[in-house]
Amino acid sequence: MYIKELTELNGVSGNEDEVREYIKKCIKELVDEISIDSMGNLIAFKKGKNSKYKVMLSAHMDEVGFMVTGFGESGVVKFATVGGIDERILPGKRVLVGEKNIPGVIGSKPVHMQEREERNVNIKLKKMYIDIGTDKREETEKLVSLGDYVAFYSPYTQFGEGLVKAKALDDRVGCAILIEALKERYEFDLYACFTVQEEVGLRGSEIAAYTVNPDIALVVEGTTCSDVPGVEKSEYSTVLGDGAALTIMDRTSYPSKNFVNYIFELAQKSKLSIQFKQTNSGGNDAGKIQMSRGGVVTASISVPCRYIHSPVSVMSEKDFNSCRDIVIAVLKDLGKNQQLIENMKRI
Amino acid sequence: MEYMTVLKELSELTGVSGREYGISSYIANIFREYCDKVEIDKFYNVSGYKKGSDMAGKKIMIMAHHDEIGLLVKSIDEKGFIKFTNIGGIDSKILLAQEVVVHGSKDVYGVIGAKPPHLLKPEEAKKAVKMEDLYIDTGLSNESISKLVSIGDVITFKTYPFELRRDKLSSKCLDNRAGVAVLLDIMKRLSKLNHNHDVVFVATSQEELGLSGAKIAAYNINPDMAIVIDACHGEIPDGAKDETYALGNGPAIAIGPNLHRLYTKKIMDVAKEENIAYQVDVEPGNTGTEAWATQVSRSGIPTILISIPLKYMHTTIETVQISDIKSTGKLVSRFVSEL
Repeated sequence: MYIKELTELNGVSGNEDEVREYIKKCIKELVDEISIDSMGNLIAFKKGKNSKYKVMLSAHMDEVGFMVTGFGESGVVKFATVGGIDERILPGKRVLVGEKNIPGVIGSKPVHMQEREERNVNIKLKKMYIDIGTDKREETEKLVSLGDYVAFYSPYTQFGEGLVKAKALDDRVGCAILIEALKERYEFDLYACFTVQEEVGLRGSEIAAYTVNPDIALVVEGTTCSDVPGVEKSEYSTVLGDGAALTIMDRTSYPSKNFVNYIFELAQKSKLSIQFKQTNSGGNDAGKIQMSRGGVVTASISVPCRYIHSPVSVMSEKDFNSCRDIVIAVLKDLGKNQQLIENMKRI
Repeated sequence: MEYMTVLKELSELTGVSGREYGISSYIANIFREYCDKVEIDKFYNVSGYKKGSDMAGKKIMIMAHHDEIGLLVKSIDEKGFIKFTNIGGIDSKILLAQEVVVHGSKDVYGVIGAKPPHLLKPEEAKKAVKMEDLYIDTGLSNESISKLVSIGDVITFKTYPFELRRDKLSSKCLDNRAGVAVLLDIMKRLSKLNHNHDVVFVATSQEELGLSGAKIAAYNINPDMAIVIDACHGEIPDGAKDETYALGNGPAIAIGPNLHRLYTKKIMDVAKEENIAYQVDVEPGNTGTEAWATQVSRSGIPTILISIPLKYMHTTIETVQISDIKSTGKLVSRFVSEL
């Protein structure tokens, strides 16, 4: 399923090399051409049997993480977050620092040593540090440099009834689905874009979409899932196990209504589970792709992930499979009837 | 001794306070290799007896607790999420997004979740998360989990031993498996050193719940003196200097009313003679360790306390340095041999 390998590689925004190299190896034999642009987007081109249109698939390779910003006298590493991370989850987590993957732990004051007022407030990011075991600043500086990337450590784990725990499911699930989709041949020209820097402002997709200049684009993502205790049912963004989630609208994009309805109906016809993402919060690469050049017909479909942007994000294999099957079904159907693309562009 | 390997293995064992059944038999098996006789009492204290060379020798008890902090299943909701409470002192701030193992009729893996951050009201987001707002997600429906897990089952942190630089190890419950590793180290050293007195090694239970195991063990064994081995707070950037001890600078020897003055002075003298680095832990009252319970057992037991510096106590990433374990073992065995 590629997910174990993909999630256990580190690719914090701006440092996606490991992930890109792995994907390159997986798809080399499946595509006609691979190009890598100045920011590191990997664009794989697969020629169609009857190329009239350009279809873009997009998934981002980067994940949230950290960068080294300084050192303490006792040898600890100070850090900043890359992408949106809830800092409350950080104390007591394991991380890997720099290119050599130096093991470290995020330390904080033990409960016994906290003053009463400290006990009831969250530990501030500024007060946190990574302990790699060194005792002096000079010692750490020989091993770690300012600007080094830091990633969560979290082995891929299958558990429960068909669930997976891993880091970076957002958006290695999308990367895995794109790889699967490239195993088929379609009528149109397919551009599978593995983008960089989504987590810091949808940066990679902006230039990838310009380069590809597609007729239609489908973004494949990992999205929020809040079907958990303490949350009202009306606030569930998605429900784990209820299938792939289709976005109606979010903070960054307003997908094409025709394209969204088409995907929904096709999934239902094909008996593949699908749900609507029932919140307009969040956003993804679709926002930039939709606004590329003179505008692109765009939609995004996602695998629901509980505890997203944490080292323990959780997905259901069933949802992953339905998302993959829907993406492939859409591509096959559009290929058989390319007029559909033309119709959707006309709205 | 392969200290790193032994310590990793000890930290992977499950032994939440009050449920030490499994760990006690495991530890008893290790003790049997070095001791003349091994017993497990009603509280799951494990005692290993090692005869001294003098028939008229006295009885020295060396103890380290083998229990660990953990969580306890409180209820299971209609969707299968588990609500829990704590066993021993746990900061709920370190629980978010942690991985756990629920020890039901089978071990069940889970992650700790809470209301997602974007759904928190601003005033909620400021406050530290409370244990009652957290839950364990095992990915199982109520029907499936109810077959495996019952109210009252214990939960441990998932162990991922992490070797850090400078021979440091970060793992769960090194408080006080590091102490247990020291017991093993002393046993091995005393197999080669002469000691006049009988030595009883005790891996005690329920320390985290109020020193219960130590109370029972001290009464049952009724030694002539006791050496308690536990963990003390390691030096961290945001900790007060006078409350913490640097890792790598040797064990901390405690001074104060809880500890016997002459034996405490004696072990410091041995450290000086043997060139073993140590730190001084000034304890003006209750040490919060098993020394507190042991000192007043029966008619009173002269007790000393030696602690291993440990960072991030009662978290999933407790950190110790191997050299401190070695030097604690060396110091205590020399001391026992010289008595």
